[in-house]
Amino acid sequence: MNLEFSEEEKAFRAEVREFIENNYPQDIGTRGVQDEMSREDLLAWHKILGKKGWSTPAWPKEYGGTDWTPTQRYIWGEENARMNTVMPLPFGVAMVAPVIYTFGNEEQKAQHLPGIRSGDVWWCQGYSEPGAGSDLASLKTTAVRDGDDYIINGQKTWTTLAQHADWGFFLCRTDPDAPKPQMGISFILVDMKTPGIEVRPIKLIDGGHEVNEVWLTDVRVPATNLIGEENKGWTYAKFLLAHERSGIAGVARSKRGVEQLKEIAAAEMLDGKPLIEDMGFAQKISQLEIDLSALEITELRTLAGEQAGKGPGPESSLLKVKGTEIQQRLTELTLEAVGHYGAPDFRSFPDDGSNDFPIGPDYAHHAAPTYFNMRKTSIYGGSNEIQRNIITKMILGL
Amino acid sequence: MDFDFTDEQNMVRDGISRLIREEYDFDTRRKVIASESGWRPELWAQLAELGMLAAPFSEEDGGFGGATEAMIIMEEFGKGLAVEPFIPSVVCAGGALKHGGSAAQREEYIGGIISGEMIFAFAYAEPRGRYDLANLETTAKADGGDYVINGHKAVVIGAPWATHLVVTARTSGGQTDKDGVSVFVVDKAAQGVSTRDYATVDGRRASEVYFENVKVSGDALIGEADNGLPLIEKVVDEATAAVCAEAVGAMKVTNETTVDYSRQRKQFGTPIGSFQVLQHSMADMLMEYEQSVSMCYLATIKLDEDDATRKKNVSAAKVRIGQAARFIGQSAIQTHGGMGMTDELAVGSYFKRLSIIESEFGSVDHHMRRHIALTAG
Repeated sequence: MNLEFSEEEKAFRAEVREFIENNYPQDIGTRGVQDEMSREDLLAWHKILGKKGWSTPAWPKEYGGTDWTPTQRYIWGEENARMNTVMPLPFGVAMVAPVIYTFGNEEQKAQHLPGIRSGDVWWCQGYSEPGAGSDLASLKTTAVRDGDDYIINGQKTWTTLAQHADWGFFLCRTDPDAPKPQMGISFILVDMKTPGIEVRPIKLIDGGHEVNEVWLTDVRVPATNLIGEENKGWTYAKFLLAHERSGIAGVARSKRGVEQLKEIAAAEMLDGKPLIEDMGFAQKISQLEIDLSALEITELRTLAGEQAGKGPGPESSLLKVKGTEIQQRLTELTLEAVGHYGAPDFRSFPDDGSNDFPIGPDYAHHAAPTYFNMRKTSIYGGSNEIQRNIITKMILGL
Repeated sequence: MDFDFTDEQNMVRDGISRLIREEYDFDTRRKVIASESGWRPELWAQLAELGMLAAPFSEEDGGFGGATEAMIIMEEFGKGLAVEPFIPSVVCAGGALKHGGSAAQREEYIGGIISGEMIFAFAYAEPRGRYDLANLETTAKADGGDYVINGHKAVVIGAPWATHLVVTARTSGGQTDKDGVSVFVVDKAAQGVSTRDYATVDGRRASEVYFENVKVSGDALIGEADNGLPLIEKVVDEATAAVCAEAVGAMKVTNETTVDYSRQRKQFGTPIGSFQVLQHSMADMLMEYEQSVSMCYLATIKLDEDDATRKKNVSAAKVRIGQAARFIGQSAIQTHGGMGMTDELAVGSYFKRLSIIESEFGSVDHHMRRHIALTAG
């Protein structure tokens, strides 16, 4: 048993830290529910990392990966969280790319992987549909073969940041008569500029625009955009979802959130003393830190297992449930900490181009919208109820 | 033991619930809160006409009821997520005047509140005071027979619509002393009063209110100089009970909406309401609601008892209801899944209102501390 990082790992951390400090563009904002960042801001760090060869550390070396160990990748994530960087979006790098390099053909790899690495091509995910949330296999969007093309019709939803996307990966039903709903689904890449695609914003309860509906009407795409075999898409989709769940614990970002919460609690006054000195509130922060430590060590144990060659299994469900619960509790405590100034809606102030909101402390402005927005974490990526089902089935064998 | 309402109270309930049902469908509310003014003055006039703005006042002040009537009205407000300033104008300012006002003040201002011609906001919170009602940086300095008010009040709900303000200010003593607090009526149009108006995340309107050498006459003082804290504590407790009732109304609709949704929404070929884990969650939501109704009644019933009893019971109610508001709001969103995250469904708006109610007139922590202080030893 040894919780210490090795000398090599410590040296790696120092290298990473130095690179981020010297190269992260300071003029871009922080990604969050609060400010809708531009495509350029969201991609700026990705492009810098692409040139350095660090935008796709988890990929196999031959496609541009770094050969970092899982622990190095963990350190990488931690250092980025510490600096609150805007990390490459997962849709290209972590989701579709592994599917392309694992199941795609050479033309597809050559066409798509370079743009994903460099950050020039923006991807979105066409999985969810109205009526098919956690029950993804019940999806209804169809792709009908017509000569050398597929013609796609249907509606996708919760498509994150599709308003900026160049390409999308879609699950479509290609065999409506398949004996099981999981069969007869295909994984198809779609150029988002193809005629017949309409992206409509969904407004969320925090007031922001981060997800969309995507309507597909007679969208004609070349059959060469099919990944792997027709009707085998479910296999690729499941492979992708396993990738989606890794890193969902968000330990490093939560640690940073706790530091911010402590800063707020030190600035807010209660009975003439900083709120953080109030035993009741201090206990809540401590409880959060303790739970976060437990999650961190659990994640490191999973990581060690992965390093020893055991792939991420159902324990990733545990990381998702506990990680999202902590993220949500953090936003609850932050809203509690800001008191009266949690109520004003900063979006109701005129956008005069400045970042100065006219009232209350800066740290209060996003407390409520962030709290509202983070309710999604126990719903997306397979709801926490579904994760508990996975734990009971796969680990407990019930 | 009697938990029944009088015929008159049932008439109040019928009147307000019909108005909310007919005038406050969700789409209308959505349009109203997005409009420039953010509310419907004509609805306020209708409320006045129906006698609702008189309901919590005694007969000698031109009304016909008290705290129970306010509770009934706010419960229905909560069901419709009505944004009109009943609590600031009628409960808070009206409360300060009925408990502390002179005969002349009561006649003038309570009359104005009841008729709907005067709309009050309650400027008591300050940027750094948290929920401590005595922690005041706003000052009112005696100047001959007049007072000169300086200061900044935070998140004053309903202030953009107000004609008048009830303001707390320090007339003597140190910043957090219990003595030295006074309460004033200030015309919002008075020289030196300025506001920054904005929307709140739960669809209401509020202002930061600034007082710069605002001169008011001695007649503007409500109650005794320097001894305003007990009055303000009583008023805030009445407002707390009223917001608890609003929470109860909002919880009821939230729960019903969630159960309906779980019957309609299918996953894995079956309504999600057939999944035991969601059934248990909804059973817990129901239990939280029923406990909240009980605590809301308790707080309302105890409002007229001695200070310690009133405070203890109001705090107990706010703790329990604050916790229930969070549990029910979060569970409702979770059960609605992604749809619950959208602005399109009403459940998100109920969740947001319940989330803000948690800390309105004191958070769970604040009331827990007060409850401990009152029950220890």
